Formats: sequence, structure tokens, C-alpha cells
Amino acid sequence: MERRAFLNISSLALGTMLLPAFGRAIAAEELLAPVALQFKKMLADTAMTAATQAGASYCDVRVGRYLNQFITTRDLNVENVVNTESAGVGVRVIAGGAYGFAATNDMTPDGVAAAARQAVAIAKANAKLQTEPVQLAPVKGVGEVSWATPIVKDWRTVPIKEKAELLIAANKAGMDGGASFMQSLLFQVNQQKYFASTDGSYIDQDLHRLWMPVFATAVDQKTNKFRSRQGLSAPVGMGYEYLDARPEHKIKAAGGVTTLYTGSYDLIEDARAAGKQAKQKLTAKSVEPGKYDLVLSPEHMWLTIHESVGHPTELDRVLGYEANFAGTSFATLDKWQSKKFKYGADIVNIVADKTTPGSLANVGYDDEGVKCKRWDIIKDGILVNYQATRDQAHIIGEKESHGCSYADNWSSVQFQRMPNVSLQAGKKKMTPDEMIKDVKKGIYIVGDGSFSIDQQRYNFQFGGQLFYEIKNGKIGQMLEDVAYQSNTQEFWNACAGMCDERDWRMGGSFFDGKGQPSQSSVVSHGSSTTRFNGINVINTARKIG
Amino acid sequence: MKNLSQEETKRICDKVLSLTKADQCEVNLSGSRTGNIRYARNAVSTAGLIEDTQLAVSVAFGKKQGVATINELDDKSLERAVRRAEDLARLAPENPEFMPTPTKQQYKASETFFQKTADIDPEFRAQVAAYSIENSKKNKLVAAGFFTDTSKFTAIANSNGVFGFQRDTGVDFTVTVRTEDGRGSGWAKRSVGDAALFDAREASDVAIEKALRSVEAKALEPGRYTVVLEPAATSDILAYMFNDFDARQADEGRSFLSKKGGGNRMGEKLFDEQVNVWTDPWDKNVAVLPWDNNTMLAREHQDIIKNGKINAMNYSMYWAKKQGKRAIGAPGNIIMAGTNKSTEELIANTKKGVLVTRTWYIRMVDPQSVLLTGLTRDGTFYIENGKIKHPIKNFRFNESPVSMLNNIDELGKPEILSGDESDYQLLIPAMRVRDFNFTSLSDAV
Repeated sequence: MERRAFLNISSLALGTMLLPAFGRAIAAEELLAPVALQFKKMLADTAMTAATQAGASYCDVRVGRYLNQFITTRDLNVENVVNTESAGVGVRVIAGGAYGFAATNDMTPDGVAAAARQAVAIAKANAKLQTEPVQLAPVKGVGEVSWATPIVKDWRTVPIKEKAELLIAANKAGMDGGASFMQSLLFQVNQQKYFASTDGSYIDQDLHRLWMPVFATAVDQKTNKFRSRQGLSAPVGMGYEYLDARPEHKIKAAGGVTTLYTGSYDLIEDARAAGKQAKQKLTAKSVEPGKYDLVLSPEHMWLTIHESVGHPTELDRVLGYEANFAGTSFATLDKWQSKKFKYGADIVNIVADKTTPGSLANVGYDDEGVKCKRWDIIKDGILVNYQATRDQAHIIGEKESHGCSYADNWSSVQFQRMPNVSLQAGKKKMTPDEMIKDVKKGIYIVGDGSFSIDQQRYNFQFGGQLFYEIKNGKIGQMLEDVAYQSNTQEFWNACAGMCDERDWRMGGSFFDGKGQPSQSSVVSHGSSTTRFNGINVINTARKIG
Repeated sequence: MKNLSQEETKRICDKVLSLTKADQCEVNLSGSRTGNIRYARNAVSTAGLIEDTQLAVSVAFGKKQGVATINELDDKSLERAVRRAEDLARLAPENPEFMPTPTKQQYKASETFFQKTADIDPEFRAQVAAYSIENSKKNKLVAAGFFTDTSKFTAIANSNGVFGFQRDTGVDFTVTVRTEDGRGSGWAKRSVGDAALFDAREASDVAIEKALRSVEAKALEPGRYTVVLEPAATSDILAYMFNDFDARQADEGRSFLSKKGGGNRMGEKLFDEQVNVWTDPWDKNVAVLPWDNNTMLAREHQDIIKNGKINAMNYSMYWAKKQGKRAIGAPGNIIMAGTNKSTEELIANTKKGVLVTRTWYIRMVDPQSVLLTGLTRDGTFYIENGKIKHPIKNFRFNESPVSMLNNIDELGKPEILSGDESDYQLLIPAMRVRDFNFTSLSDAV
């Protein structure tokens, strides 16, 4: 939902254009040296001692070091190459039954002890407004453990020259394909997260993520028209090996209209296609509004799942904790308690899973020290569960947390964030081409576009990147000005089929915004190509002065 | 964060500048102390205090440049940031669009710092929450809100003699009050620099009143309606449009400000002649830093839309030079002229229409026409013969701010706001607008 925070980081103090660094990765050897484990443990113990001495009944400490590298290119120029580093400590306590939180970049024993005492003072100030004390589901301390994103190639060891050349080559391919302008970016993230709590856990995690968005724009100055097509990659919780495009990871979209990607990504090929398709969009047929059967590719579906299932099943929203900003949820507790609320058609099975390899939310432990797992959210179309943290588990009768706690920085307080939420593949063997065979009047949508949903997650509107008419079982011409509107429950009950697991793949977001102050989380959503019957499509073409 | 003085930041900036032998160097140093309290279900849910500093160093050898950032300020860390930036710059090829760092600028101070805001403590924040919660409970309502206060310093310097230092403070408050049965919801927002101007009770009472009035909403058919838009209802809609006032994008043909056949629409009348919009870093209601952090260029008072005509666009230093224009600091605030009329007066002058408190989840559908989609929220009412007749269900809209600002009937009194999803400080009026396009109904309350 929210891109501001992350983009602000990338543009910080970048007054003038930056240039590509054609050489080794900058200060790689320094970036690769983690903060000593014993130092982090000493800081955590210092904070916990200070907090308990000040009156805390519980304390957790997150020592974080966040390394990012951003490379942004425009046409044949590299605009920015930026290395950022941020380190600090966040301390959360419970005192008098209330939470308190303080964060500091002063990574000295005195600094973290002061932050811990500040957190306790805040908790005590709030305790008088507390109606019920915070109740944490038990977590058994795991002692000293570690977890790391399984990566083959660390982005920090890849020469910037190689990365910049890849992006420039992608831009060139897009312009050769027909784009007037190209932009490609590479976001590289390494989060070194250390968590300790008075439950007896000392968890060291080393997380890696990548995202490589591409934007192709075609302009026809004669008609004063411009159209764009964004890349079809997924942001991933993987190493740089994701960019080693492998033939076995390429999939033909229905009707062969474009190439799609699974375990690795061919940036140059997709950029070329983006340039070509952006140009095609300049002359695409404007859609006739009406009811259509929609065939949605996973590159599009991830966002629909995210907005219409991921957010409404966050338990903090359901309970009203997000009422002031992101909103509440139509998926209220009474619907879940009835055990018969038809969220979707019988074939709809949606799982939450923070253990899916390659996904953005894949970690060993959440930011409350809870080991991550997989569970059902919607089973055979029925709402069966939510997403919960330690302080919410008792509300839904569970004895342990789902492990859904996350903070986007050492300086942010952790709270409930969605895990990877994914639609299971169909049980019947079916390819996208086979799915389209019996669609009489439909639209095939590839890629995510504009997205908007109300504050209780009923009414939504989605766009896309590529739209193709489906007529009597065949993919037809390219369409434009397409957006579909529906109500979440009606939409999921209109689900008429999904392709099998051969077609299942993930999309995701680096910038899922939630909370106050707003934080950006990372999350992936998987599905196979899925069909929804009789959905309302509007025409978005407008003329202004 | 240690709240650094001008002298201390100058010493650090000078130290950084002295550490490099690069042809040019830019330093951006900032630190903030941000407190917050968040409440929901009539109780505090989280609260915190965050302190951090940030140093960004950008160096260039010829037309080769590199940037590094770090959040520690000891001598070793300063050296580390400089060396990293230099490493990047040395390995970089020349940038054909490289622009030298600006020469000395005149930064006329703006009034952005207020001690009362800097002095806010946990007790103050807890009291803000208490006002909302207690009054909501009295009315059998449920409050959720967020209060945040920031005290910050920013220093910029470069090897051409530029140095700027200023402190700023800010308070942001939003509160949503809902009925216990979830059938009514009201909202209010306040953004000020000086906490002395902030009244949590007043804001909470507005949200409480809206919540009580909004129950039993009736459905109205989607379609084109005359709307009375409170300032908060247009803050993000306008911010989206002003983000597109980039001259290069327009000149290159990929903006609503592009001209058929090439060039941009500077000087063209695109909006109703009542529309006058400007930026002014020194406006006492929405004061912002007198420089643009990205370019270090001084900000100026600038008319952006004058009597409905496009009067100014944003030029990067590179594009300004290429087009023979003068580059100035990009706006930090947006101010739109209004009248002295209250929102009640706008309603009183409306025969049939819809009053919108707030808009939500606004996203770009088509940049060609700046078509945006989003929803109404937390207080949508039907107006008939100058009076609010009854609450109505929320709508989804598909509308362009360009069309919206062409269809203005009447303007009200400007209010201070910060957008939900924009960085601008805004001072914008309520508006009565014809033919606003609602495309579907939402059951959300």
C-alpha cells in the first residue's frame, strides 16, 4: 500500500544524479562483516536487566543492522548507486500490564539501558488507560539459535559493474522493443536481526531480499498519448541467483502472449517485451464495459489475494486496532465463529505460510521470537482462521501465536503483519490455455496495476498490466482502459477454477503499508492462474481539458 | 538523538568536508526525536519514543559521483561514510547529466520550531488519548486514534560554501470514533507545528459528532453528484496531481501536462479561474524548511496555478539548464486559495449534493488523465435544500483532479493538513464541486 518510506530512503540526499560504479562491490568486505554476536547479546542483556529493574514484567530487545543498496537507471544512464546502513536497538516492555517501546541508535550499554528505562516509563504512563492487561501467549525460550535466508549468491558480493550493466542492457532491450523511455531499478536488502527476550531466546537472523522493477513507457506525440508496462518479476526472499535466468523457469502465458517466470527471472527478455507491449498499448482496443469472466494470472492475482484476503483476515483489523487508519474488516469474529461463513467457492483454499522458500515473509522466527509455521485461513471456501500474534492468540482460543509479528526497522515497534497468504493450486490438471477454452466472453489479465479497496475490504477495484480479450475460447486482441470492480465475498464465490500446481507461482510487495506510524512490510502471495465468472468491468478512459 | 546545535552540526559537516579530496562533496545531517501514542478499542495499544540520526555523504570526482548513508556520528563512522562514497565515485563512469553542487544560497529562516512541541512527554501523549477515550465512552462510542510529535534538526552543507541549519517540530493527530455496533463512524485530523495550537478535545468532539450522525446510512445510486468536499477529502487527490508537475516528464510527452506535438502546457488554462495555488516556505500556517533537501537549492514563493492557468512546473537542475530555465528548490508545501466561508455555508448553498468528510485508498488509474480511484469514508451525508438530510453509504469514485478543479462551484475556508500519503504540508479549502463521479457503492462503515 505504501511506498513512501522506502523510496524516501533511496532518494535521501541525492541532490544530483549518481553514476554506476563499474568495479567491485563497494566496501563489500566491510558490509559482509556482521556485528559480533556476543556484543549483541551483551546489549540485549543490558536492556533486559535495566527494564526489569525499572519494573517491567516482560522485555524484548531487537538489535538491528540494515544494509541496503539501490541502483536506479533511466534509459542508458545509471542515475543512483546508493549504499545505506542503519543500526540501532528497539526495546519493548510490558509494565503495569501495558506496552511501552523505545528505540535508539546509541548502541552503547548506557544508551540501550536508557532506552529500556524510557520504554518502562512510557508503559507506566499508559497503564492507567489500560482496560485489560496485555496477555502474551507462552513462548518457550529457544536459547541461542540462528536462521538465514537460503541464498546461493549474496548480492553484496556481486560487482556493481555487473548489476549496472544488467540494468542498462534491460533498458536498451526495452527501447529496442519499442519503448520511448525505460527505467529499471534494483533494490537489495540485507537485514541482520537479533532478537532476545526475557523468555530466554537469543535469535540471530540474516535475511536477504531482492526486487528489480522495470517501467517501459511508449509515447506517441502526434496523438499526445502515452502508455506504460511494468515488469513481471516477483520481489523475492532469495539471493542474486534469482537474476540468473534459467530456461526451465520460463512459462508461456495463455495464448503465448508473453513469457512469465518462476524460480528465476530474465530481466532483459521481460524488459524487451515490456517495451514492445507498451507500444502495442498505444493502439489497443478500448474495452466495452460489462460483465466478463476473468482469467487472472498469478502476476496479477497476488495483489487481489493480498487486498481481499490478506488484510481482512489480520486479527488486529478484525478487532479494531487498525480502525483509525487502515480500517477494520468485514471478516468479523462472529463469521469465523459460525464455522460456515462462505468466504469463497468450495474450491477456494487459502493458507498462511511464513516458511515458503523464496517468499518475502520467509523467516525462521518472527519479531516476537515465535517459530514460523503454516496454517489454514480459508478451507473449502469457509473462513477458518486469522493471523495472530502473541497478544492476540487467546482471543481466537489458540494456545500459541501464529508468528505474525514484524517490525520494518529496529526503530519501529513490532506488531501484527500478514504472513505469505496464498491460494492453493487446483486439484484437477489444467493449464491456462485449457482454462480459457470454455470461456465465451472474458478478459485475460497479466500483471498488477492500480488497486484500491475500502476500509472494511468489501468494495475493490483493480487494474492490471496486460489485458487480452477472450472470445469463444480463444485469446483475442489486446484491450486497454480495463478495471474490474467487485465485492470481496461475491468475487471469491464467483471463483470457477484454478490451474494446477505446475502453474503456481508467487508475486509480492516490498511496500505493504500498515500501522501508525506506518511501516512497510514484505509479503508474497502465490496462486496459479484462476478464473472468476461474471465480474463487472468498467472502462477507465477519460478526457481532460 | 542528541539534539545537535547549529555549531555542532557545522563542526560535523566541516569535518566530513575536510575528510575528502573529491572535487565536490555534499553533506546532509539530520536527527529526530519522535514520540507517539496509538489507541484503539478505548485503550492505549502502543506508544513509543524513537531517536535516530542520519548522515548522507555525496562526493564527486569530475562527473563521477557516489553516495553513502550511515546513522552514527563518531569520527570513525564519518570517515567510513566518506570512504564508501568515494569508493563508489571512483568506480563510476561519467554521468552525462551530472550537475555541479549549488553555490552559496540564501536560506531565509522559516518559523518551523516550537518549544512547546519539543517538550511533549509521555504524560502529554497519554492525556491526548484520554480526552478521546473518555468522551467517546461517555457517548457509548469506541475511539481509535494516533498522536505523534516530532522534534528534528536538519543541516546541509557542500564544498561550495553552502550551509543551512534549522530545527522543526510537528504534531499530527487523527482520531476515528465508531459506534459500538459498527454502524457509524466519524473522523478528524489535525496537523500543526506548534502544540499550543492543538486541542485534542476539539478534534475528538468533531469525530464523535460525525460518528453519532452517521448511523443508519441509506444507499444512494452511484452517479455524478454535486459534492461538498471537506479539505481532508481532497488532500491526497491534489497531492497526486502536484506530484506530476515535473517539467521534464511533461516535455517528454508522458504527463497530463504534455502538449500535443511536444512541449508542455505552461500558461494554458486547465482549471476553473477560481483555482489559485502557490507554494511558500514561510507561510506561518504550513512553514517548511527554506531549502529543498534533494538539491540544496533555496525554496521560493512560487505561483503554481494562477487563475486556473499553469504558472510553474518543477525543473531539476539538469532539465532547467537544458531548457534554459532557472532551477529553484522543489515545493515543500501547497497552498490553495479559498474564501472565508465555512463548510456549513457551502452546505447551505447546496440544493442537492453529497458531503464528503474523507477519501481513502486513492490510487492512480490512468496517468494520462490523472484518473484516480478511491472511496469516501467516516462521514458521508446527503444534502438537500441546504441541509444535511441523512447519512449515506460510502461510494467509490473514479475522478480526475483536473476535472474536479474545473467543476468548482464555490470554495470555503482553507485548513491545514498533511496528506495521508504525501510529503506536502497542505493548506487547502473545502470545495463544492459539480459532477463528481461516484461509480459504485461500498458497504464499509
